[in-house]
Amino acid sequence: MADNASLLQIENLRVRFRTLAGPIEAVRGVSFTLGREKLGIIGESGSGKSMTGRAIMRLLPKSAEIVADRLQFEELDLRAASEKQMQAVRGKRIGMILQDPKYSLNPVMSVGAQIGEMARFHLKVSKREAEQRTLAMLEQVHIRDPRRVYNLYPHEVSGGMGQRVMIAMMLLSSPSMIIADEPTSALDVSVRSQILELLDELIVSRGIGLMFISHDLNMVRSFCDRVLIMYSGRIVETIKASELENAQHPYTIGLLNALPRIDAPRETLAVLQRDPSWLEPNR
Amino acid sequence: MTPAIAVENLIVTFGEGPAAFRAVNDVSFAIEPGKSFGLVGESGCGKSTVMGAIAGRLAKWQGDISIEGERVTQRRSLAQRARVQMVFQDPYGSLHPRHTIERTLLEPLEIHGLGDRDRRVGEVLEQVGLPQRFRYRFPHQLSGGQRQRVAIARALILSPALLLLDEPTSALDVSVQAEILNLLKTLQREKGLTYLLVSHDMAVIAHMCDDIAVMREGRFVEVTDRHRLIAGSFENDYTRLLRNGV
Repeated sequence: MADNASLLQIENLRVRFRTLAGPIEAVRGVSFTLGREKLGIIGESGSGKSMTGRAIMRLLPKSAEIVADRLQFEELDLRAASEKQMQAVRGKRIGMILQDPKYSLNPVMSVGAQIGEMARFHLKVSKREAEQRTLAMLEQVHIRDPRRVYNLYPHEVSGGMGQRVMIAMMLLSSPSMIIADEPTSALDVSVRSQILELLDELIVSRGIGLMFISHDLNMVRSFCDRVLIMYSGRIVETIKASELENAQHPYTIGLLNALPRIDAPRETLAVLQRDPSWLEPNR
Repeated sequence: MTPAIAVENLIVTFGEGPAAFRAVNDVSFAIEPGKSFGLVGESGCGKSTVMGAIAGRLAKWQGDISIEGERVTQRRSLAQRARVQMVFQDPYGSLHPRHTIERTLLEPLEIHGLGDRDRRVGEVLEQVGLPQRFRYRFPHQLSGGQRQRVAIARALILSPALLLLDEPTSALDVSVQAEILNLLKTLQREKGLTYLLVSHDMAVIAHMCDDIAVMREGRFVEVTDRHRLIAGSFENDYTRLLRNGV
C-alpha cells in the first residue's frame, strides 16, 4: 500500500461563524495529512469533527468563514477552487457518507435512479450504461438481488441496506478519498460490523483514503489505522489506533476511562475533569 | 422476597387478523428489589414494547404483570402508576420545551395530589446534582446531560420503586454518559431502587445490570448474568454477536 503519498494536507484550518453574539470559532487551527489509510477522527459533540469534514468539502453555510494556511487536495487548492471546480470534487473525487441514510438519500427517487444519477452526472455516461454500472455496483456492496433493490425507494430499505446504497453511490465514481461522518451510528450492532467490513474491503482494495468521523472510541480503535482526538475545535492528540491504550493527553485518557468496558468492569466510571488549559493552542 | 416486578408469559400483539404482528412473544422474568435487569437487543426486537406494557403505556397485552406483588392490568390506579416511572432516550424530546424545569417537576406532584411541593422539587434537584437556580430555566438552556438529569428528577419525584430506563444514555457523549450512569448507580444504592434498563450497548448493560436478557424477534434468546456476560461464557451465538460485534 502506497500510503506515503498524501491525498490531503491541512494546515491551520479554522472555521468561524458570524453570529449575533459575535464570531464563534468551531474549528481552531487543525492540521493533519491524510494518506491512503483509515484515519479516525474522534471527539464529543461540538468538538468540530464534522465541521472539519464539511470544511474540506466546502459544504458550510454562507455565515461560515473557512481560513487555512494550506488546504490541499491532491493538486487542487481547496481554498481557491471555484464553485464549479468544487462540484467536480464533491461526490466524484471526494465521497461523503453520512450518518443516517434515511435522511441523506432522496426520498422521492428510487435508489437505483439516485446511484445512476451520480454516474450520469460525474462520468457522463448514457442512461443504459449508468443503469448497468449501478447494478454492478449494488452487487459489489453485497446486495443479493440488485435488480429488485434498484427500484426500491429509500423508505423501503433497511438502515444497513441504505448505507450500502450510500457506499455504492460514493464508490461509483472511484473517488480518491471518502469522508464518512458517523456512518454506522444509526445502525444495529450486527449490521454495523457488516458495513465496517464492507468499507474495509472496498476501501483498502482500491487504495482510497478514508476519514472516519466518529464518537465511538471502541469502534475507531478496532477499525482505523490512526486516530486524531479533537477537543473544542483542536486536535489534542494524534496516535496509532493500536496504541490508543497508551494515550498521553489527559482528555484522551479521560474519555477512555469514562467508557464502560465489558473486559474491564469497574464499579464507578471515571468522570472527565475538563481542564481549561486544553483549550490553549500550545501543547 | 416479593420481586419488585414479575412478568409472566407476556404477549403483545399489534394489529389484527393476518396483519397481526407479535412484538413480544411469551416473555417472563422477575426483578428482586434493588436489583437491575437489562434488556438488550436490536431495534424492533420488542424490548421497548416490554417496557411499555410494564409502564402501562399499552392498551392491549396478555399475561401477568405484578408490581411489588400486586397484579396490575391495563387500567392503573394513580398509586400504581406512581410506583413505576420512566426515563426516555432523548432528553431533547422528553421535556416540554416551553415549560421551566420547575413546572416540569411540579406536574407529577399536581397530578398525584402531593403537597409540600417546593421542598420536594428542591430535594429532587439536589439528588440529581443540579443547582437550585435551574428551576427557572427552560430545557433549551441546558446541556444534554443536564436535561437527562431533569428527566431522572421527574421520575424520582414520585418516589417510585421501579425505574424503567429506555436507552437513557445513548443520545449522550461518552463523558456525560459516565456521569449519568454513575448518578443512576448512586441513586439505586441510596434509595434501593429497582431498574429495568433497555440498551443496545452491551458494555452499558454489563456495567449496570445484575441479570441480563437478550431479546430477538420478541423472545428471550438467552437470560444470563453479569459475570457470565463479562466472562463471555454464554450459549447463544446471537449473544456473542451483540457482545463482540462480530
